[in-house]
Amino acid sequence: MSFKRIFAISLRFGYLLKHNKIRFINIFAWAFFDITVWGITTLYLDGVSKASFSIFTVLMGGAILWLFLIRVQQGFILPALEDVWSRNFMNLFASPLSFTEYVLGLILTGFLTTIVGFSFILIIAYLFFSYSIFQFGFLLIPFIFILFIFGLALGAFAFSLILRFGAPAEWLIWILPFILSPLSSVYYPISALPIWAQYLAKTLPTSYIFEGMRNFLINGIFSLENLIIGFIVSFIYLAIAYWFLIYNYRLAIRNGLITRITAESF
Amino acid sequence: MLYLKFMDNIILEIKNLKKTYNKIKAVDDISLSVKKGEIVGLLGPNGAGKTTLINMILTVLEPTGGLIWISGKNARENRETLKDINFTAVSTQIPGNLTIKENLIIFGMIYGIENLKEKINQVAEELDLDKLLNTKVGFLSSGEQTRVSLAKALINSPKLLLLDEPTASLDPHISAIIRLKIKEYAEKNDAAVLWTSHNMYEIEGVCDRILFISHGKIILEGNPRELPQQYKKKNMEELFVAIAKEPLSFNCK
Repeated sequence: MSFKRIFAISLRFGYLLKHNKIRFINIFAWAFFDITVWGITTLYLDGVSKASFSIFTVLMGGAILWLFLIRVQQGFILPALEDVWSRNFMNLFASPLSFTEYVLGLILTGFLTTIVGFSFILIIAYLFFSYSIFQFGFLLIPFIFILFIFGLALGAFAFSLILRFGAPAEWLIWILPFILSPLSSVYYPISALPIWAQYLAKTLPTSYIFEGMRNFLINGIFSLENLIIGFIVSFIYLAIAYWFLIYNYRLAIRNGLITRITAESF
Repeated sequence: MLYLKFMDNIILEIKNLKKTYNKIKAVDDISLSVKKGEIVGLLGPNGAGKTTLINMILTVLEPTGGLIWISGKNARENRETLKDINFTAVSTQIPGNLTIKENLIIFGMIYGIENLKEKINQVAEELDLDKLLNTKVGFLSSGEQTRVSLAKALINSPKLLLLDEPTASLDPHISAIIRLKIKEYAEKNDAAVLWTSHNMYEIEGVCDRILFISHGKIILEGNPRELPQQYKKKNMEELFVAIAKEPLSFNCK
């Protein structure tokens, strides 16, 4: 394992950002528009609602944490997509760089771009709507940690799809978080879902986070048990996603797709 | 880990290598060795199995059977062995959205090069790229891009260089320069080169030995300057055409 090789993967993405500022749109613009729209909408709802709690506080909290999850997933997968688009896989995988080092490079890149992107989200929320995520106190740490682990799992799963189906799988990458969002109970309690969907929701770590966040903001309590379950489930997802990624990488090495990723699939 | 007691001067040893896609044999029981300082031409018609063979040596394609040793080590089991080899291939580009220098920094880090700055300057100077170091690769001409691919291939001073049609689509003048640079590198560093090409003039001029592959098998081997006479042909071009037409009549291996 070489940190230099892992860092090289992040450095490559840094050079790409430096050369073409358009890439910053993905980090900043989405976050800006999402937070602005959610901020205005929830402020309006707060004004007309007769709810006993602040809709603004609860929904904005959900929106910010959900954006964090999306940032982690995209921060992980975008550098890999850049290598697909520039047909760079053969240069990388015919070198001493191991696949694990490459994945760690993606994680490091995802971590760094998420810090930048998420800081921007927090600043916008505070400056425009005086909303501070730090009102969650120390609970913010496990919330963020679990979402980071699950975001990596989504990123690893998305990368597996690319290795299995080639470049067109990127269409699935963008919609993956949106497929999970109805079951993640980002903006409503799990009890608002149909019974069958509630069972599915409980298999996702995100539902424990958003339910826990609402419980804390509305009732001032949180369930340690739910937090632990969310923690364990997120690691289970990460382990399964990594196994699936390694499986598809080996398959791509066996059938030669890694050198012909533009051929899309065998 | 599999280590073989090797003769010191053999850099690449392949035994009974096979690659099958469904029931199609892309590489069919190939064995070969390449010595230090030797330039070996890998010839054959399109689809003969040359690129498949090179991809297996580079570990980006898993063989169905057989073994590959580089400097006496199995590269599939020990990726550090890949520090000793490098390649260029027509099917692979150096990312066009980074400058030459940035690409060489990234690949230099991946190959674990010490004194990377000096090494980049040295390689760039040798390949006349020093004035273009801060230019994005995508803006370069195809001749310059080929030299960049070669710069990336030489960044780790490889003991074994795999060149998959390194002069394809280049004009004769640039091709001659590239050939000269590679030959100079091999002589200066006692490096082995495995070279695929469809340019028989190039093969005659550069290679010490050729291996002719057809339907995944090596069917002919020898000195490219002697083989045409042995088979009563005027030159390598004529021999190539004859073998490609009737490979079975040349199965001398």
